[in-house]
Amino acid sequence: MSFARFCRRIARGRSVSSAVFGGLALASLALVCPEVRAQQEPPYFVTYSSVLEEPGNLEIENQNIAAGPKNANGFFAPTVEFEYGVTAWWTAEAYIQGQATDHDSAVLTGYRFESRFRPLPREYWINPVLYVEYENVNAADKSFLEVTGNTTIDTLQVSNAALRGELERSIEGKLILSSNVKGWNFSENIIAEKAVNEAEAWEFGYALAAARPLSLRGSSRPCTFCRQNIATGAELFGGLGTRYNFGLGQTQQYVGPTVAFNTPKGLTYKFSPEFGLNDNSAGVLWRFGVSYEIPQVRDLFRRAK
Amino acid sequence: MKSGKWGWVALLAVSTMCFAKADGAWMKKVPQGDRARTNPYAANADSIAAGRNLFLNNCAKCHGENAEGKGTRPSLTSARLRIATDGEIAWLIKNGNLYKGMPSWGGLPEQERWQIVAYLRSLNPRSTEVEHAGEQQ
Repeated sequence: MSFARFCRRIARGRSVSSAVFGGLALASLALVCPEVRAQQEPPYFVTYSSVLEEPGNLEIENQNIAAGPKNANGFFAPTVEFEYGVTAWWTAEAYIQGQATDHDSAVLTGYRFESRFRPLPREYWINPVLYVEYENVNAADKSFLEVTGNTTIDTLQVSNAALRGELERSIEGKLILSSNVKGWNFSENIIAEKAVNEAEAWEFGYALAAARPLSLRGSSRPCTFCRQNIATGAELFGGLGTRYNFGLGQTQQYVGPTVAFNTPKGLTYKFSPEFGLNDNSAGVLWRFGVSYEIPQVRDLFRRAK
Repeated sequence: MKSGKWGWVALLAVSTMCFAKADGAWMKKVPQGDRARTNPYAANADSIAAGRNLFLNNCAKCHGENAEGKGTRPSLTSARLRIATDGEIAWLIKNGNLYKGMPSWGGLPEQERWQIVAYLRSLNPRSTEVEHAGEQQ
């Protein structure tokens, strides 16, 4: 089945309806909420930078991935993410994710909770951020929020019915390193993951990215399509095997350009085609996302002074 | 029981950090080199207008549309900002004051940060430390 036909098919499916509904809900939110833009966030899907959510703000993001891998059914996997700035040095996030596979079914694949901490109080040449995550996802997960261990696209050939019962609870840690140089952001993530409900070896992965806004100066007039509102970059990510089988072989590796557009109403749109670099990877992962930041949510729960 | 007590202590510590007001101690941390930096966009009408737009997009949600402050978040029209140099304000925007609730804005391009400084300076015309000392007395 061609990828275009797959897309038409899933466009009739419930999972896409949910994703579209999510997007429309975000757009409606933008109409009633105050205008705010998160301009300093780089346009990455997988890689984290040192930018944390501002304290009190809540960002809701719907990010989706679609692919038609060779020798496997095409799939569409939406993820909804809630990101809250607890303090200026601590951001907490929750994810819910699912997927729909062509000629198969749509399943909820699990949830994740994560926190990111900035241990150093100032900006340095390289800014470290510590990341801790607990995830409870089943083997049918196709969100590609990161790649760790020795995963290959062979698992995409297995039916959802067989995979959904295989639950993995794991703890994941990342060391996020990020630099801002002359308008460019360079970010490097080193990932380590350990299953806590089964005896599996430590799994490793990585993500690298660079991005820059099209203009480094703000416009003196309010505008929608200013170059400052568009950021472009590139991401490279993949697995690094396990403790006993460390290396780039027998894992998935992807690279691709990425672009983000910040609209004046506070919505941010992101898009990235990610290309598989070896036979273990899917040919192309098409990613697109929309996010909206609600400013100072915690004020809603405080008494007016 | 003991762990519950420590839980409350931790919660109290985090809350204190979340809601603590800015106290101006950050000014002492600014390195001399940064303090002496000059704004390449100083007193430029276009840059002040651009800085106003950037301020509305990035800062107004906490500090108010006219920098008047919001709740526990401080006003940015103050005697402290009038005596602060452009370099000191730029340093604060870049580094933030993480344990007092001000996030780092190092991800914004430097040019945009200077435009915001130009806007803040237009709200806080510079006064000398001598005048400020007089105000304090």
